[in-house]
Amino acid sequence: MLFKLSINNIKKSMRDYAVYFFTLIVGVAVFYVFNAIHSQTVMMDISKNTMEIIELMEGMLSGVSVFVAMIMGFLIIYATRFLIKRRNREFGLYMLLGMGKRKISMILFGETFLIGLISLGVGLIFGVCISQFMSILVARLFEADMTEFQFVFSKDACIQTIAYFCLMYLVVIIFNTIMVGRYQLIDLLQSDKKTEKIRMKNPWICMIVFIISAAVLGYAYYLVTEGFTEIDAGRIYLPIVLGAVSTFFIFWSLSGLMLKVVMSIKNVYYRGLNSFVFRQFASKINTMVVSMTIICLMLFVTICVLSSALSMNHSMNTNAKELAPADIQLIKRRNLDDSWMEQGYTKKDIQNSRISLLEEYKKAGLNLEKYLGDYVQYNIYATDELTLGDTFGSKLKEVQMVYSSLTYDTAETIMSVNDYNRVASLYGNKTYSLKDDEYMIVGDFESMMNLRDQALEKGEAIEVFGHMLKPKYNSCQRGFVEMAANHVNGGIILIPDDAVDTDYIEYDGITGNYMSNDKQKTEAAFKEEIKEKTEISYVSTSRLEILENSIGLGAMVVFIGMYLGIIFLISCAAILALKELSESADNVERYDMLRKIGTDEKMILGALFQQIGIFFLFPLILACVHSYFGIRFCTMLLETFGKEKIMQSVLETAGIIVLIYGGYFLITYLCSKNMIQKNRSTH
Amino acid sequence: MKAVLKLDQIEKYYGSRSNLTKALDSISFEVEESEFVAIMGASGSGKTTLLNCISTIDKVTAGHIIVDGTDVTKLKGNQLNCFRREELGFIFQDFNLLDTLTAYENIALALSIQNVPAKQIKEKVSDAAKQLGIEDVLDKYPYQMSGGQKQRVASARAIITNPELVLADEPTGALDSKSARMLLESFESLNGNGATILMVTHDSFTASYASRVIFIKDGKLFHEIRRGADNRKQFFDKIIDVVTLLGGDVSDAL
Repeated sequence: MLFKLSINNIKKSMRDYAVYFFTLIVGVAVFYVFNAIHSQTVMMDISKNTMEIIELMEGMLSGVSVFVAMIMGFLIIYATRFLIKRRNREFGLYMLLGMGKRKISMILFGETFLIGLISLGVGLIFGVCISQFMSILVARLFEADMTEFQFVFSKDACIQTIAYFCLMYLVVIIFNTIMVGRYQLIDLLQSDKKTEKIRMKNPWICMIVFIISAAVLGYAYYLVTEGFTEIDAGRIYLPIVLGAVSTFFIFWSLSGLMLKVVMSIKNVYYRGLNSFVFRQFASKINTMVVSMTIICLMLFVTICVLSSALSMNHSMNTNAKELAPADIQLIKRRNLDDSWMEQGYTKKDIQNSRISLLEEYKKAGLNLEKYLGDYVQYNIYATDELTLGDTFGSKLKEVQMVYSSLTYDTAETIMSVNDYNRVASLYGNKTYSLKDDEYMIVGDFESMMNLRDQALEKGEAIEVFGHMLKPKYNSCQRGFVEMAANHVNGGIILIPDDAVDTDYIEYDGITGNYMSNDKQKTEAAFKEEIKEKTEISYVSTSRLEILENSIGLGAMVVFIGMYLGIIFLISCAAILALKELSESADNVERYDMLRKIGTDEKMILGALFQQIGIFFLFPLILACVHSYFGIRFCTMLLETFGKEKIMQSVLETAGIIVLIYGGYFLITYLCSKNMIQKNRSTH
Repeated sequence: MKAVLKLDQIEKYYGSRSNLTKALDSISFEVEESEFVAIMGASGSGKTTLLNCISTIDKVTAGHIIVDGTDVTKLKGNQLNCFRREELGFIFQDFNLLDTLTAYENIALALSIQNVPAKQIKEKVSDAAKQLGIEDVLDKYPYQMSGGQKQRVASARAIITNPELVLADEPTGALDSKSARMLLESFESLNGNGATILMVTHDSFTASYASRVIFIKDGKLFHEIRRGADNRKQFFDKIIDVVTLLGGDVSDAL
């Protein structure tokens, strides 16, 4: 009997539940899809290297899942409590008829159980279907071949999903029971008779609060952008807390202020249904300030996470192609002295380090021409006589004050301009020429370059191997020698060929391209032969490895970003949609009243659209403003990854938000429209 | 005198062929300009259905309703809305004021949905407020007002657009007797200023303020009496006589 009541209740309140249901199903599906990625890769033809990354990703995703489960749990608890509150009268009636609280709890238990069961079932079915498409995405992101399409079902992900959601529903049931226990019959029966008092806020207080919170917010923005250098990791919480608190007060004050301003413009306020729309807005925002703040902050996080993840993926892919222009690079440490023996080097290694890489290969009978089409050999020098600190010359004190965390006594990387030019032309980069008394710096790590520019602008001279050199350019030039996935070249000092001293060679390297087009096979054979013929394997970087790594890392970042982003988005959109739908249910009478006094249907729908639109748009606008600064902060943090495609990522993020958030808005509007028009025929 | 409202053989059926209820059964009458007409009948007699049909909230099954020369049974969709906001004024038993708006804004809403410029709105609202004696509550919200004040605000909203016809559905139903009397006196003075009022009630005292009372029983026109030169007390006695005639089942109709 009670169970039947539960079923009928759900059927009856489907209108209220639809959005909630939909969100739960999406939540379950997303949860399954991201936890099942690992199994989707089984049928793909991917290298061991990529597999490792996928395993790492799997670990991270299941960590993130705990967090996601918490967010979803919060959403479910909030939504059920909210939906139950709307049914106070119904429960009041049950109690009036003599039903005990225990039985009411049982009804709620039955409902939660049913909803949980159905949403889990449907969500899992959707999840399994979507994850089949996911394999295509995974294959594309990892640039792997889909050997064959195969229907994959991940048992682990399924069990994990069921376990997490069961736990969430259990918590909900406990919460509900506590809530029912607190019921007072009189409150239940009169719950919808209470007229909410409309308190107009004092506009002057609103104004002052608004100005103060805007100023505080501005300060928080300043801290994360211009004032970035002044904050360290420990103090990053300051702008976050300031931002969150001021967001709350901006909503609080703006609600009062806006009404006052609009009201004073009589021509706007008394046009059509504007007075009605604004009053509705003002009467609600008092109770909505907290949820608007939370939604705004969640949107902010979503936008930042999504666009940073996407931009990281973009720049990692482009970086890898740009920063690994040659197929392979081999580097050998040179001129070791006896002190290195303490670190595990043998006498023979130290002896060996006297000869160059090329000579060593020749001695070992390894023919480079067999593998490499064109290659160049270059030397890198270093001396304790020229440290990072020395390059700043007279500006050192000043620089040290601001950037105290840098180590200023590390030896600088030095190269002859001729060696650099040979590498650069192989890479297809710009070449340079220097006069006998000139030096220059090439690099691609932006913040380091900016720092060095301060010294170059001043024309600080340096002394290298007994030569006094002055800078040719007043800023650093872009360039690099060592291949890497990111912009990590903190600066190489180029000096004239005559100025170098071969005693100070620190590394010597070979970089080149394979002859054959089958790079994978050549690389395997080449590495095998090196391993066979030389005793020590030298540091080698290959284009293939860099690509695999960065594509894998990029994909991982994208997946985690998407996972979090989608869950955050649907959570806040669902909260808003539920609130607005219940508002619309309350407003049916008001709209009916407007209709009775002869308002055009078009005007009524316009008012409804505006009302819902304002509530969806308000937090989004502030979140966008937050995000502008948030993304700037993120690009600074992730500078080494590059920021070439930040615009594209932001646009992609906007697309996702428009799709999901806009979708919820549309559903809310259409459902509300249905609600307020349903009553029309009966009157 | 010009007829503002003309009902021609209107019928309203509910239910299916097998179980047909005639809520209104061939009712015809006319209301002339500046008349104050009350329609009386017991619960279920069809008086509210009649009012809903006139106000275009409900549709008749057969017959014609002509308001100021327009046959409202032929209007559709937005024409109906347009007709309602320009030709009719409404007063409901439960006031139907928007609780989020102040009295002033509630009254102004009737004008602003007709796109009347804000400047004129202010003038007209204070004019109507003066007529109904509610100038001092204009800045209050409905929950801060008494029932009588609310109903007078609703009346101000109904007359502010200068409608051809003001329709009142049990306007005193939710009021105490003192507020009811004050409201009805306002109606009398509005009527004196030229407003045509059609009021539905089951209360003889309320009806006695009208200049003509039409009685309805089981969806049919039962009787009609005019006040003529009688004072209110005499007219009230006449109404009571008819109500008694209507039958014991209308015992609540006092």
